[in-house]
Amino acid sequence: MLAYLFKRLLMTLLVLLLVMIFLGLLVNIVPGDPAKTLLGNRATPALIAKIRSDMDLDKPVLVQVGLFVWKMLHGSFGTDVFSGQPISRYIGAALPHTLILAWVALGLAVFVGIPLGVFSATHPNSWIDRFTAIFSISVITLPSYVVGLFLLLVFAVQLRIMPAMGLGKTGDVGDYVRHLALPAIALAVGWVGYLARLVRASVLETLNETYIRAAMASGIRKNLVQYKYALKGALIPTVAVLGVGLGSLMGGAVFVEIIFNRPGMGSLIYNAISTRNYPIVRAGVLIVAVMFVAANFLADIAYTFLDPRIQLKKTRG
Amino acid sequence: MEFVARRANRWQRTLDRIPVLGQVLEQPLGALGFVIVLAFFLLVLFGPLLAPYDYAKQDLSRLLEGPSKDHLLGTDHLGRDLLSRIMYGARIALITAVPAVMISVIGGVILGLLSGYLGGRVDDAVVVFLDSIQAFPGVILALAILALLGPSLVNEILVIGIAWIPAYARITRAQAMSAKNQMYVEAERSLGATNGRILTSHVLPNILAPLLILAAMDLPVVITFEAGLSFLGLGVRPPTPSWGVILSDGFKFVRNSPWPILWAGLALAITTLGFTVFAEALRDVLDPKLSGTRKA
Repeated sequence: MLAYLFKRLLMTLLVLLLVMIFLGLLVNIVPGDPAKTLLGNRATPALIAKIRSDMDLDKPVLVQVGLFVWKMLHGSFGTDVFSGQPISRYIGAALPHTLILAWVALGLAVFVGIPLGVFSATHPNSWIDRFTAIFSISVITLPSYVVGLFLLLVFAVQLRIMPAMGLGKTGDVGDYVRHLALPAIALAVGWVGYLARLVRASVLETLNETYIRAAMASGIRKNLVQYKYALKGALIPTVAVLGVGLGSLMGGAVFVEIIFNRPGMGSLIYNAISTRNYPIVRAGVLIVAVMFVAANFLADIAYTFLDPRIQLKKTRG
Repeated sequence: MEFVARRANRWQRTLDRIPVLGQVLEQPLGALGFVIVLAFFLLVLFGPLLAPYDYAKQDLSRLLEGPSKDHLLGTDHLGRDLLSRIMYGARIALITAVPAVMISVIGGVILGLLSGYLGGRVDDAVVVFLDSIQAFPGVILALAILALLGPSLVNEILVIGIAWIPAYARITRAQAMSAKNQMYVEAERSLGATNGRILTSHVLPNILAPLLILAAMDLPVVITFEAGLSFLGLGVRPPTPSWGVILSDGFKFVRNSPWPILWAGLALAITTLGFTVFAEALRDVLDPKLSGTRKA
């Protein structure tokens, strides 16, 4: 077990290193001079020189990448050329809003999707089961930006009962929640459908396992077996999916944050891209990737601990 | 009578020859998906002929109108006919999605075969490479690369193709690994077959069915991904009517007219629904082992 954990951790760190190298190299694929492209018509020889030295563009590619990795490892993201503010301040301001958005969406998906799936599996052909099946199939492939735009159109523009943009008044928690509702629902809808379907299939499969039938045969109450024994076994695959889920939610957050004009990592990266602010793009993308990799790692570990049937020695050399 | 019976018989024989499609159509969702997919391909082929207007023709006297007799779905902020733009958009969706998926399949198969069959260091290197691609949420990776390369249709196809490689590489790798230890492969090797021959004539044919199903299921995901990038202004450039571009134009004028968002959103929703249920029915028929759901 320890050996597996260690190997998994080592692989994760290696991936993160590769990600940093990749991001360090990325500036070199910009057609033309990145410093000039970044500055546009604000370019002066002094500013160009400053950016070239900030981003180490004046050094050979290998040194450039090495220095980038070194700086990122020390958490020094540099300063923004236009405002002179440290880039870490932008990230610090944006990150919490994206995390809140992603976690609330994930929570919605879990607390609506899983009960729907369990109920559908234990009450096959009930109207809830049928509704869930139709709902799931229609939302699973629906992209979050279409859901977001439709919600914006209906609730904020036509009915005018929900706010359309921003975070709400600072310090007003109720207002923050009101502003969070539509974006979180937009992100969560697809996942509700997906989880409901996954959990339904997984519970149905578990109900056929011998240990469940043995429990039933020995006279343990049906509800206890269904909701305690079967659910426990059925939820294990869901854990692995949720790790991936957090990452794809952060991807979807880009769209939702733009549609609802909400500050966050998505809109930070997007705005930096529109202004060709490469240092902010690199730092932002790196932070998102680190969180994504960490979530996958944790989900993987949780998965191996939860399922006693996974024997690492046999399956992974 | 006999004639009719013989006629029916022949029809039945034709159906038997394409049993897969018959079985797909027997399922209600499969039939629904087939109709939508068929309609989509008809639009791709004949859309520009059927479209009542040129997709780029502006009519500045009729901006942001709702549905009317002249413009069945209304007009956008430049007075362009929405119906024509939506119809033409189907072509854009397919033109990006198919090459992108092909790049992922080919790249994934090559990497997967190499790493699964050769094993050892090569395998470790490929797995770390795949993990690194998947370390980014797809949208973020695409955003970062497109921002640097500059938005264009070709760059968009390349980026989507690369972002989707890991899925195909992993499935190929698993199959190649299990095939490696099969008795018939050992027998083949003892007869002097080269690695290349074993891979192409024994391993590859066995994984074609799951790969094709995966590709069919990825098509709608890639279509929405393309539209998303175009929505962000990083894909197809206006005035080319990608559904994402129509959504993006509509978003700018969301307070003036709901129609562009409504129609483009519906087009995306119906297309992806159709492809998904069709691909799932296909999967259930071709390879029941694979059933169980997945999400990219």
